Amino acid sequence: MFESLEEIISIEKEKNISFWECIIEDDCKENDISREKAFEKMANMYKVMKQADANYDDKLYSQSGLVGTDGKKIHDARERGELLCGDFIGRVIERAIKMAESNACMKRIVAAPTAGSCGVMPAVFITIQEEKGYSDEEMTKAMYVAAGIGEVIANRAFLAGAAGGCQAEIGSASSMAAGALCFLRGGDGTMIAHAAALAMKSVLGLACDPVAGLVEVPCVKRNVMGAVNAMTASDMAFSGIQSKIPPDEVFDAMRTIGRNMPDDIKETGKGGLAGTPTGIKIKEQIAL
Amino acid sequence: MNIFDIVGPVMVGPSSSHTAGAVKIGLISRKLFGNKIQKAKIEFSGSFLATGKGHGTDKALVAGLLGMAVDDEDIPKSFEIAKEKGVEFTIQGADLGDVHPNTVRITLENDNAKPLEIVASSIGGGRIQVNELDKIMVNFCGDAPTLIVHNVDKPGHVAEVTSLLAHEKVNLSTMQLYRKERGGNAVMVIECDEEIPDHVLQFLCHMNGILKVTYLSLEE
Repeated sequence: MFESLEEIISIEKEKNISFWECIIEDDCKENDISREKAFEKMANMYKVMKQADANYDDKLYSQSGLVGTDGKKIHDARERGELLCGDFIGRVIERAIKMAESNACMKRIVAAPTAGSCGVMPAVFITIQEEKGYSDEEMTKAMYVAAGIGEVIANRAFLAGAAGGCQAEIGSASSMAAGALCFLRGGDGTMIAHAAALAMKSVLGLACDPVAGLVEVPCVKRNVMGAVNAMTASDMAFSGIQSKIPPDEVFDAMRTIGRNMPDDIKETGKGGLAGTPTGIKIKEQIAL
Repeated sequence: MNIFDIVGPVMVGPSSSHTAGAVKIGLISRKLFGNKIQKAKIEFSGSFLATGKGHGTDKALVAGLLGMAVDDEDIPKSFEIAKEKGVEFTIQGADLGDVHPNTVRITLENDNAKPLEIVASSIGGGRIQVNELDKIMVNFCGDAPTLIVHNVDKPGHVAEVTSLLAHEKVNLSTMQLYRKERGGNAVMVIECDEEIPDHVLQFLCHMNGILKVTYLSLEE
C-alpha cells in the first residue's frame, strides 16, 4: 500500500513504468492475484459505471422525495443549447447529477470512493471517453490511477464523511478524477499528482452536512462540483501549473482539517445545512 | 485495505454503511442461522433507527435475510419478495444500550430449529461486525471463513477443535474465547485462512461437549 504519491512517482522513475502499473503491481502483490484477473476486475468496475449511467430513470424520486428528476432538467437545458458551460461540461454536469440521483434512488452504482461521491468519477470518465475516443483499456488504466490516488488519501487522511467531512468524499473523488484525466492526456506522475493536489486544495474544509442524515441534500449537487472541479484542476496541471504545497502535504492538510472539524458537520445530520430551520423541518417530516 | 474498496464496491445505494452494510448484516445472519427463515424480528437502534427509512436500511436488511447481495437491484422490492417467499418479519426500534450508532438486533426463527439472536453493527464503508450471538459477546466481521462453536466450558475442547483444523491444514488467523460463567456454556470464534471442509464440520457436531456448530463460509 502506498503512503505517498511521491513514493509512486519514485517507483515510476526507477522502474521506468507508468503510474498505473505501479498501482496494479503493488495491489496484485498485496492481494496475491494475477495481473490479468485484477485488470479484468477493474475493467468491470468501469463497465458497471457505464451501465449505471445508461440506466438512469428520469421519473424516479428517492424514498424521502427530496431528490430525483434533476438529471432530466439539465439534460433538457443542454439539449436546447442553453447551458453557459457548453455541451461538453454540460454532459459532465448531467452525468454527475444522474449518478448521484440513481444512488439516492437505490439503484446500482460503484462507490468511488464512497456511495455519496459516486457521481464524480463516471461523470468525468464516461464524458472524456465519449469526447476523445479513448479505448476501454486506456480507461481501465485511468481507473487504476484514480484508485492509486485514493489509496494514498486513505492512508494519509480518510475517505469517509463521518471521519473528515465532505472534503474526504467529494474532495477525494475529485482529486482521483483530476489525476486520472492527466494520465489520459499523457501526463506523468508529477503532473498527475499536481492535478490531484489542485483539485483537493479547492475543496479543503468542505463540511458533510446532509439534511436529515440522508445522502441526498446537498450530496447530489456536490457531485457536480467535484466533477467540474476535476476538469479545471486537470487543465491547470496540464498547462504546467503546479501546487505550491506538495501533493502529499495537501492530503495531510485535509486530514488535519478533518480532525479539527466539529462533529456536527461530520455526517451527523446536525450542523450546516442540516441544522437550518428548513433542514430541521424536513428531518421531522420524514422520520421512520 | 484493497484497491477495490477504494474504487468499489458495486452496490445499490444510497449509503455504504446504512444500505450495503445492512444487506451484509442480513446475509451473515441468514448464513449463521443456516435454516430457512420463517420469522424475523428486526430491532433498529441509533442512527439506523433515525435515518434508516430514508437510507432503505429496512429494505436492505430484509434483502440480506433473503440472500440478496449488496448489488442486487431487487433490494428496494425486498418487502414484496419476502411476502412471496413466506418470510414474516417485523421491524421496530429498540434501545440496545451502549452500542455503535448503526446497530441492529435480529431474531430468526424456524419451527424446527433453535432460534438465533444476533446483534451486529455497520461500522463504515460497508464493513460490519457481529457483536453478540445468542446473548454471548463475540467480535468478528465475516470477511474470512468463520467457525463458531458453542461448547460446555470444560478443559480440552479448544485443543480438540484446533488440532482437528490443523490436521486438515486449515490455518487460523484469529481466535476468540467467550463464556458466561465458569463451567457453563462457552463460545469459540475462529477465523480461518482456508474454508473448512464439510466432513470436518459434521465431525465437530458429533464431538462430546460440543453443543452447536455454526460455520460462515465465503463460498456460495
